[in-house]
Amino acid sequence: MSRILQSASERRAETHPLTWRLHDDQSPVQLEEYRRTQGYDAVTKMLEQYTYETLTEEVKSANLRGRGGAGFSAGFKWSLTMKGEDVPRGYIVCNADEMEPGTFKDRLLMEQQPHLLIEGMIIAGFANRSKQGYIFLRGEYHRAAAAIQRALADARADGWLGADVRGSGWDFDIALHTGAGRYICGEETALINSLEGKRANPRAKPPFPGQSGAWGLPTVVNNVETLCNVPGIVNHGADWFQALSGDLSSDGGTKLYGVSGKVRNPGLWELPMGTTGNRIIELAGGMRDGLSLKSWLPGGGSTGFLLPEHLELALDFDTIGKTGSRMGTGLLTVVADNQSMVSLTRNLEEFFARESCGWCTPCRDGLPWSVKLLRALEAGEGESGDIELLEQMARDLGPGKTFCAHAPGAAMPLASAIHYFRDEFERGITQSKGEAHADPIPVGSV
Amino acid sequence: MNQTTASSTTATIASDAFALDPADREAILEERAHYPYPQAACIEALKIVQKRHGHVPDGAIPAIAETLGIGVANVEGVATFYSLIFRQPVGRHVILICDSSSCFLTDYEELRNAFIAHLGIQMGQTTADGRFTLLPVCCLGACDRGPTILIGEDLHGPVVPDEIPRLLEAYA
Repeated sequence: MSRILQSASERRAETHPLTWRLHDDQSPVQLEEYRRTQGYDAVTKMLEQYTYETLTEEVKSANLRGRGGAGFSAGFKWSLTMKGEDVPRGYIVCNADEMEPGTFKDRLLMEQQPHLLIEGMIIAGFANRSKQGYIFLRGEYHRAAAAIQRALADARADGWLGADVRGSGWDFDIALHTGAGRYICGEETALINSLEGKRANPRAKPPFPGQSGAWGLPTVVNNVETLCNVPGIVNHGADWFQALSGDLSSDGGTKLYGVSGKVRNPGLWELPMGTTGNRIIELAGGMRDGLSLKSWLPGGGSTGFLLPEHLELALDFDTIGKTGSRMGTGLLTVVADNQSMVSLTRNLEEFFARESCGWCTPCRDGLPWSVKLLRALEAGEGESGDIELLEQMARDLGPGKTFCAHAPGAAMPLASAIHYFRDEFERGITQSKGEAHADPIPVGSV
Repeated sequence: MNQTTASSTTATIASDAFALDPADREAILEERAHYPYPQAACIEALKIVQKRHGHVPDGAIPAIAETLGIGVANVEGVATFYSLIFRQPVGRHVILICDSSSCFLTDYEELRNAFIAHLGIQMGQTTADGRFTLLPVCCLGACDRGPTILIGEDLHGPVVPDEIPRLLEAYA
């Protein structure tokens, strides 16, 4: 459904490794066409020329950073996986649980080019000595599920999956696992629990999944877009990948950037990593008539709000990280001048409160409390001290207080909305602080 | 199978009355073979039952547990965690309305209110004729087309309130 807003003639193999094969009519690229257009060449090259060590080194030197939002080096992650002749072979898991508010890139890749993901997973499986791959797909992505199932069957029939992959003596297969809802499944250790058929509560780290993941075996979890970048790196090399972003960014490659909100042409573009927010908003045709841009989220609901002046920055992990926000998934959500930051923040915190798995107290109890305060401010019934309390909560929900990044993710838009738009929150305060209901209990009397 | 997690009398009766369809039992056993441990097939087993019955009746929980050879509580815990596993009867068509930030910014609340008014039910409820259930859902990943909804397996967006009656005609 979502569209690349660059026409087929604009997208080329050398410059648009993720999208150059995509059709303007959005129909999926099937095996025959994929093979005709260099498809699975990277697997052939890998089986002929690489060991799992040299392959990991290649991806590491390409500086491919995780496109699911965290930006961790994929090659480095692979280098940390327990592997070797004496280690049991584990799993490569594709995180296809795309549910980050404002993010609509992985759906497009899976619906329209499932073989690119499968090829990337085969290579990642080889690099990590995995015996099996799982694509963990959110349950609502019915069209992607159909496209992947067909592509897996076709790839298996053509010898790219299964026993003795293309006569190499190496066995590897991939299965599709569809989810049953809940945002928390996108957290990698919660995802592993869900894959094991359990409640999707995150796990404590360490041990990291690379040491002990699914069913206690070494497990690597990578995002869809991350894996889709891997075949290009193997085909053309780490230097080519680095050069794709030129001088724009120290991160290699291209990025599927996008915009949603009240712009003229919301959509997706594959652009060099480090493209500015201004350029992306320009491609989207700017704001709809009569509106101007007040704020924006750089890459999903768990990133911090920024101001129009930040649109001139390169959208990459380090540059956006320096603002105190995060690039996240790199799909911009824009807020128009006539939209309330208090209401939007309330909406975001309602989301995080509902989607908390309930495992850690600050997250389970803190997030509904923040929603209560935000609803009061939105209704103009806030009390003095509410804003300071929200700020305190944002600190207490920050990194290190809970098992996973769900609560810190919720804290980021909350803290930044108050930081940049405090006046909007202050307008919601109409009452002085309520009277205490009882005298404080003297110290020592309990 | 004497075990049951059901606490209320009605649920116990339902549990006693429930029998897994043989085809479903077969499908669950096939799923079980895909994973190294039977627990892993739990979510898929719940989805198999839900596909036939529209929701997962209480009695299905011990039946699935027995089929997979895992504890009843292990099935119940999973069945109550996931938002797309329905533990109560739902309508023939479940309408999932995206309530995440991008759809919020493209006026999802107006759309939600229009659905509520048109169907005469609140979020989480089912129409008296058993045709539609309204539920919220996380970001549907089609933010460039907000506000978006999913009816059954069909994604729609952007949806404007005026087109609701015509849109729903396709879902008898």
